[in-house]
Amino acid sequence: MDRISQSPLAIYQAYLDRGKLAYQWSPQANRAVFFPRVICPFTGSDDLEWRVSAGLGTVYATTVTHPREGAPYNVALIDCDEGFRLMSRVEGVAPETVEIGMRVSFRVHKPAGDDPAYPVFTPVAPTLPSPASGGGLGRGPVEAP
Amino acid sequence: MKGLQRGSAAIVGVAESDLGAVARDMSAIDLMAQGIHRALADCGLGLRDVDGLLCATAQSRTSGLSLAEYLGISPAFVDTTILGGSSFMFHVAHAQAALQLGLCQVAVIAYGSTQRTIGRRHASVREYNPYETPFRPFLPSTAYALAASRHMHQFGTTREQLAAVAVAARQWALLNPVAWEKQPLTVAEVLSARMVSYPFTVRDICLVTDGGGAVIMTTAERARSLKKPPAYVLGCGQAITHASISSMPDLTVTGAVASGRAAYDMAKLGPSDIDVLELYDAFTINPILFLEDLGFCKKGEGGAFVEGGRIAPGGSLPVNTNGGGLSYCHPGMYGLFLLIEATRQLRGECGERQVADCEVALAHGNGGVLSSQATVILGTQKTL
Repeated sequence: MDRISQSPLAIYQAYLDRGKLAYQWSPQANRAVFFPRVICPFTGSDDLEWRVSAGLGTVYATTVTHPREGAPYNVALIDCDEGFRLMSRVEGVAPETVEIGMRVSFRVHKPAGDDPAYPVFTPVAPTLPSPASGGGLGRGPVEAP
Repeated sequence: MKGLQRGSAAIVGVAESDLGAVARDMSAIDLMAQGIHRALADCGLGLRDVDGLLCATAQSRTSGLSLAEYLGISPAFVDTTILGGSSFMFHVAHAQAALQLGLCQVAVIAYGSTQRTIGRRHASVREYNPYETPFRPFLPSTAYALAASRHMHQFGTTREQLAAVAVAARQWALLNPVAWEKQPLTVAEVLSARMVSYPFTVRDICLVTDGGGAVIMTTAERARSLKKPPAYVLGCGQAITHASISSMPDLTVTGAVASGRAAYDMAKLGPSDIDVLELYDAFTINPILFLEDLGFCKKGEGGAFVEGGRIAPGGSLPVNTNGGGLSYCHPGMYGLFLLIEATRQLRGECGERQVADCEVALAHGNGGVLSSQATVILGTQKTL
């Protein structure tokens, strides 16, 4: 039996460090898996492939959280076009203007200090190509691997 | 639930511990013990009769050990299932199974929390989730707010309709002498209160109190010889759908659909047979979701359903007659209090807030971020 040499989280994080949003694909279930894990929750198989998302998605749910100190901020659930959902936030617009159904694109956020990078999203301008045409990424630099 | 027999066991003793803000340096286990002492007195049993112990608290990793040591008992059956606020509904089903099988004769279900005194941060340590924590969700509020955002988007549910849930709870609380909140509340006051996670203001969110209590269960046969009229367990159902809100399949449909169906099937009853509902109201969206998912109105119509005082005192459907987690008490895992109130309503012990001709009560527990759902239907002797 093969030992696991790198955790699902470590692989996910390594992709993020290279500016990519990765998810798993279950060939047997023919669908995306997120969060990354060792076993496919749809089949029980450990046959899971890593794929890189085109980074385009739609806001599924949204809220503005108001801390006791500091500015209110957005927390959203994003449905990526490849068929997985993740928690994130939509940046670049006032948090209360984020709406369900809004098209958004991924960029990686690297916090100061030692905190790990994480994915955030910005609204896609309506004129940008649709995902069917190859998924031109919106604003936000994507670093080369 | 399959394997459980309708009416084979009953709740025979119930009690709250001290509630609200308890004495300094009280522990969660102190409150469990106080609740057990009072609940045993309620049914006329003693600690020596207890051979089944079920408990849950966020403040002890091995609460079964701590509580058994504290009480000086070595129970034949122990269950410390912990799935959030609904844990105690799971305990009822597990206790019923144990009583049916003869694993124990008298089971105690206990809860205690001193989260108000020691601070929520200390009472319930947040687990780091690498896929959620970086976004600083204010959990659980943000998760329920996300669910509310979907309900508002899909069905047109309004903040005023959410507020109606809080107002009804407050009206019931004013009829409950041990409720935390003592002043009336209006829809306008809910809307203008401090915003926490849109659409929820602090008045859409449950209280942060201390508190605990206990429920005593035994076989139907033994129940009949005790002090108070038994509340028979007619139906139990449970469902787990996810742990974190980003993994919930549909934010407008909860596991209460499945838990309710299982409980109704076992009880051979339906929504129209229920005289009083005790629904886990950690947030104002919860009763709306559960009224839909438990079959009291269609999906999406819960907002309109709670308007106009329908679930308030004097309304056509009594919901959360103790004042709920929104206005009576909420020490973090609230489910046990729903069972206590349902039992008291069936006994006719509720004074000013008593529901007339109460024969069947439904207590629905919710845990995590809409994650675990568990339904218990209780009935009087007449319903057997």
